[in-house]
Amino acid sequence: MTVHLEPDSNIPNQRLAKQLPVHWREFAIESLIRVAGVSTIGFVALILAFLLLEGAPAFWQTSWRVLLGQRWYPIFGIYGILPLVLGSLLVTAGAVVIAVPLGLATAIFVAEIAPRWLREILKPLIEVIAGVPSVVLGFLGMVAVAPLIRQELGIPTGLTALTGSLMLAYMALPTIITIAEDALDAVPTTYRDGAYALGATQWQTIWRVIVPAARSGILVAIMLGIGRVVGETMAVMMVTGNAARMPMELDAILRPVRTMTATIAAEMGEVARGSTHYHVLFVIGLVLFVLTFIVNAIASLLTIGARERRGGRLMR
Amino acid sequence: MVLVPQSQRRPSQRMKSTPIRGIWACMIFCLALSACRVPEGTSPTPGAAQTIQNKGSDTMVNLALAWAEAYTAKHPEIRIAVTGGGSGTGIAALINRTADIANASREMKPEEKAEARANGIEPVEHTVAGDAIAVVVHPSNPVDRLTIDQISDIFTGAITNWSQVGGENRPIVLLSRESNSGTHVYFLETVIRKGQPDNNALFSPDTLLMPSSEGISNEIRQNPNAIGYDGLGYVTPDQKVIAVGVSAAGPFVLPNATTVKDGSYPIARFLYMYTAGEPTGAIRDYLDWIRGPEGQAIVAELGFVPLAEEKE
Repeated sequence: MTVHLEPDSNIPNQRLAKQLPVHWREFAIESLIRVAGVSTIGFVALILAFLLLEGAPAFWQTSWRVLLGQRWYPIFGIYGILPLVLGSLLVTAGAVVIAVPLGLATAIFVAEIAPRWLREILKPLIEVIAGVPSVVLGFLGMVAVAPLIRQELGIPTGLTALTGSLMLAYMALPTIITIAEDALDAVPTTYRDGAYALGATQWQTIWRVIVPAARSGILVAIMLGIGRVVGETMAVMMVTGNAARMPMELDAILRPVRTMTATIAAEMGEVARGSTHYHVLFVIGLVLFVLTFIVNAIASLLTIGARERRGGRLMR
Repeated sequence: MVLVPQSQRRPSQRMKSTPIRGIWACMIFCLALSACRVPEGTSPTPGAAQTIQNKGSDTMVNLALAWAEAYTAKHPEIRIAVTGGGSGTGIAALINRTADIANASREMKPEEKAEARANGIEPVEHTVAGDAIAVVVHPSNPVDRLTIDQISDIFTGAITNWSQVGGENRPIVLLSRESNSGTHVYFLETVIRKGQPDNNALFSPDTLLMPSSEGISNEIRQNPNAIGYDGLGYVTPDQKVIAVGVSAAGPFVLPNATTVKDGSYPIARFLYMYTAGEPTGAIRDYLDWIRGPEGQAIVAELGFVPLAEEKE
């Protein structure tokens, strides 16, 4: 690849180049980029510090036993966050189970199978889904999806973890599809040519060559999708029913749950600054932060592993 | 499957226009959306106009809006910004001095009063309207009367099937407002705990906490299993109101302006506005107008209960 070093047809810049030594400009730009990069770490550290600072008083104002309880009723000092954590995990797991296979299949179709004209239509359409505000989706879920689920499955109410999972899956799909599609698209054409030359069918090429080659990108797509799902609030608040119950039964997915995000959103307006309830809400925020951190850590570990394996194979 | 000929296979270089077109589609979509949004919170404009910040109870938000509209139509120099969020939110805003008037569908708690005094604010209570809490079910539900004891057992989870209170064999789905709602606290204290101070009953953990009154009416409208409660002003014809009795012997009374005024409907309360200290100037005039005949006419119009004449 060739890099254009001289700025072409940009007269003010050329004048500047004559007045100042080149290394000064380079130094300025380099330090700007360095500051931008390092400040990101700083921001994350600050957020964590703030969460710890605001959440910590909860641990001595109540006790671990109260915080790990099975009942959430904050206006009477009952702060068991276990049902909220399990509720979030259940809704997230449901959404991932729905969205990942669907998203991957769509990405493979868009990247590998669809003719070019169809791809040109599908890509922007999928990106538009990402722009639908979650309030709108939540309202749709409340008015249209929940009654349908109640009637079709014959359950007491349609405001369940499953409804939340469906809405969240819909929201995570554009993220998963676009990023996975980019990863599949980035697989060099020589891989496909090689597979076809060996007599592989299109399906064999996709499943045995292209998908494994794009594995790290696909994992990133899935993890970003999970991140979107864990953090989503508005739609979840509207369709999951917000009952802070322990989702321990086999059919828990068909019953109402309350998630951590919905709890923070619903109650932050009411709490007085500095009250125990206020600090406990920050503890929930801290749990959410740690959860997303774990998801991301797993993702980067997996992608580093995948990259090394692929690189190793290529070298031989 | 057959080998795909080279010409039909994907080009190695994707067409440049695709992602750009996608971005354009998103941008146009976002622009269209942002155009629909109304800027939040009205900041006081410099000049003669005075802005009254009015915040609190979701039960009262429509009433407060109707008052504000009617009042500003007559007094264009006054601006009134009305927001909901729940009684607790409104009182917190009054304490933090971000609201001039806090709407509350319950009385201030002693802790809240103490907190206000710690902030140098002496909250003053103004009774502005009466309200009944209607217990509502789906129109197809054959149950039309319940005692306070039965409602309490239903909401604590002791009764879980409609057949236990004379209905069909269906599971009961409990609907409640969020715990920051004054209506939630009132219902808990008056109905679930039956007004007994030593009663520690709580809502069943299976209770669905709906983020808004609209959420409750929406679920009541479409779910034959559901039971919920709401301010009288939120009851629409597509919900069935339960007649409530203090004892099994009756009488069972439906909530309306008459039964609330004569005290025969057991789950009734006042709606309040709180100010920081005795109100003066524009806020004083506004509160006087609300409690006067014009303000109370709007109360009746919206389905709430006007204050009795002797309360003036």
